[in-house]
Amino acid sequence: MSATAHPELSVRSFLARDYGLLDWLTTRDHKRIAILYALGITFFFFLGGVAATLIRFNLVEPQGAIMSAETYNKTFTFHGVVMVWFFLIPSIPATLGNFLLPLMIGARDVAFPRLNLASWYLYIGGGLFTIAALLAGGVDTGWTFYTPFSTMFSNSNVFLVVIGVFITGFSSIFTGLNFIVTVHSLRTRGMHWFRLPLFVWGIYATSLVMVLATPVLAMTLALIGLERGLGVGVFDPALGGDPLLFQHLFWFYSHPAVYIMILPAMGVASEIITCFVRRRIFGYRFMTYSMLAIAVIGFLVWGHHMFVAGQSVYASTLFSLLSFIVAVPSAIKVFNWTATLRKGDISFEAPMLYALGFVGLFMLGGLTGLILAAPALDIPLTDTYFVIAHFHYVMVGGSVMAYLGGIHYWWPKITGWLYPEGWARFAAILMFFGFNLTFFPQYLLGYEGMPRRYFSYLPEFQLLNILSSAGASILAVGYLMPALYLLWSLRYGRAAGNNPWDARGLEWQTSSPPPKENFLSPPVVREPYAYHEAAP
Amino acid sequence: MNRFHLFLTQASSLAPQIDALFWSMIAVCGLVALGVFTAMVYFCIRYRRGSSADRSGAHQQSLGVELTWTLVPFAMFVGVFLWSLFLFAQAHTPPAQARTFYVVAKQWMWKVQHPAGQREINTLHVPLGVPIRLTMTSQDVIHSFYVPAFRVKQDVLPGRYTQVWFTATKLGRFPLFCAEYCGTDHSHMGGSVVVTSASEYAAWLASQSSGGTMAQQGATLFNSLGCSGCHGPNSAVHAPQLAGLYGRPVHLEGGGSVIADERYLRDSILLPHSQIVAGYAPIMPEYSGQASEEEVMALIQYIKSLPSATEPPR
Repeated sequence: MSATAHPELSVRSFLARDYGLLDWLTTRDHKRIAILYALGITFFFFLGGVAATLIRFNLVEPQGAIMSAETYNKTFTFHGVVMVWFFLIPSIPATLGNFLLPLMIGARDVAFPRLNLASWYLYIGGGLFTIAALLAGGVDTGWTFYTPFSTMFSNSNVFLVVIGVFITGFSSIFTGLNFIVTVHSLRTRGMHWFRLPLFVWGIYATSLVMVLATPVLAMTLALIGLERGLGVGVFDPALGGDPLLFQHLFWFYSHPAVYIMILPAMGVASEIITCFVRRRIFGYRFMTYSMLAIAVIGFLVWGHHMFVAGQSVYASTLFSLLSFIVAVPSAIKVFNWTATLRKGDISFEAPMLYALGFVGLFMLGGLTGLILAAPALDIPLTDTYFVIAHFHYVMVGGSVMAYLGGIHYWWPKITGWLYPEGWARFAAILMFFGFNLTFFPQYLLGYEGMPRRYFSYLPEFQLLNILSSAGASILAVGYLMPALYLLWSLRYGRAAGNNPWDARGLEWQTSSPPPKENFLSPPVVREPYAYHEAAP
Repeated sequence: MNRFHLFLTQASSLAPQIDALFWSMIAVCGLVALGVFTAMVYFCIRYRRGSSADRSGAHQQSLGVELTWTLVPFAMFVGVFLWSLFLFAQAHTPPAQARTFYVVAKQWMWKVQHPAGQREINTLHVPLGVPIRLTMTSQDVIHSFYVPAFRVKQDVLPGRYTQVWFTATKLGRFPLFCAEYCGTDHSHMGGSVVVTSASEYAAWLASQSSGGTMAQQGATLFNSLGCSGCHGPNSAVHAPQLAGLYGRPVHLEGGGSVIADERYLRDSILLPHSQIVAGYAPIMPEYSGQASEEEVMALIQYIKSLPSATEPPR
């Protein structure tokens, strides 16, 4: 992947071969930090994926096929902790966001390059604690750490994981801060707010949530440590605490965290769809307002996780209403993506297949979220597989599809090489079917009453569990494929050129891979998605 | 592999109503999803690159269209919200004549006591057609009482009472689950609810030894734990009278009042100093750690059984 392989490139790319290991580990270049994140995130994705595979294996048999109840509990806890904090939250912002945000606004780097590198080290440091917890025997609290189980009853390595997540939280706070300042202060001449690509809006809205919500998570985890370590009564009623207080604090972070995961995905989908439809996005302003609305209203809906938890009926009523309201901007986005297709000039390269998959699966996840937002329906459905299916449709069907779509879309820009298109399309389609076979049966399981986090289950649930596990094995193959052919492309791929998709974002005006300085001459700024005009 | 049924049994009075809302939502969401998918597929085929479809006059924004698909979903959401609210209120309002059963959850079992005093573990016998209210608490971590066939679920917390109610409308045995993750044997913390006819239920009660009704057991505890020394009818100590207390408002020292429900009675036994009745000195000892959750429940049932005085206590 040396720069000399690209005939049109006369400068040294950020990926130039003569950067040594120390150059990489001390780099302040946002592009190389993005690559560092990508390596960490990919590692954790496969680690969490192995846990998911073991879970699905075990659930083939009603009595549990391969492991003990204790191991099972530790496995789903590890899956949740790793996938939420070490994959989903940093996935799009820390990799694609880091790489693209400065390029898209015509900047040379993020506002605080050293802080950016420090964020990566915090992320890795937190990850090491989490892996240490696994090696020390694991944790069995679930990723939600509900008290008083996590503070006074669990005999597993709660401290190590709590410290790991605490540290990683600061990585997310610093990244958010960095991005907010970058968007405010480093936009190039002519890049005013309503010329920002929707990806930048998505990252910006996410950053607001990261900065405002994550400190509450840090506090909550610290309180767990205080109660578990020193017996300070905060959450355990036996010590004079209140277990519902924990749930309020936890979901005050963890519901907005869902929007940390989905807002950047919405941005990615908007970039890809406009490019392969060759049209402006339908309703640009509504798309930006709806992202901001999701970020703000998302802070006011956490109580919908607690409709049966013992919170007051009046609180539940208000949280239910607000949850329906936060669904409106998501609905607007789905309609706008669909309307963007109308009268377009649509082609179906792999990134577009991922983006279309994202819209469809996100919509199904969102619609079932409406069902759960109604407290009367949440009573039977909460804490069952219906909820599991719902949030996997949003986070895996939504965020992961968009993340992979984004990786494919910008792969030529990031590496300078083209991946094999046929394999990429095949993987996207395989994942779509594998995903639906895995998670659609889980909606039915939840409606039938199978509770979540069950190591064993009643025999009548077996058929649906087998279908789900079969789907999971297809999905696993689907996820392995990009790992293989993308690596393959680094050695055998065709050179991509600066703008293989004939796209309009500023990032396509520089070379692939970009030089350290990003732009050798100032990029030409126009409206975003000017697909009706020729590329500059 | 047992047979799989698409439609879950409806075995409580609330179940058909909740299902009506559920299937209406499924129908509406299904129509919306179908509409969007159809539009996506249609556009993708008609406007594929190289097709000869007419692409003139493409709008990329329209305030009217945006407002339509903002306000129409919003109006629908408000409708669903109100329908759900109506059912949610019902699910939280047990009928006045509901019989109270007591449930104590612990890692990893459900302990139930009937008002007549009989106890059972991981099984709950209830008569058909009678509203049953469960007053529940946990001895350790959070659990959740979940009977899918009744469409009821309620978390069971340590240190406080939560309640759930249902009227069984179908004879049979229905699975009971713990729905809140509670540790190693969470998935084995289940059992069943057995719905029988009123006469079979009475026969079942008679076949079980009970040691007296819960109120009688509570009366014994009232003496043995020393409650009667102050709260008894002939006590010289200035303590609040308990007859007729249940369900009444209580004026508190320092202003305000609370309804003397089960939660208030429990707190006043275990942690009496948290809410002092107006006009009384805070001299009652704490029974936290002295009385088990089951004993507190028996005491409450005893207090509820005391005949109401003709004049409410001032």
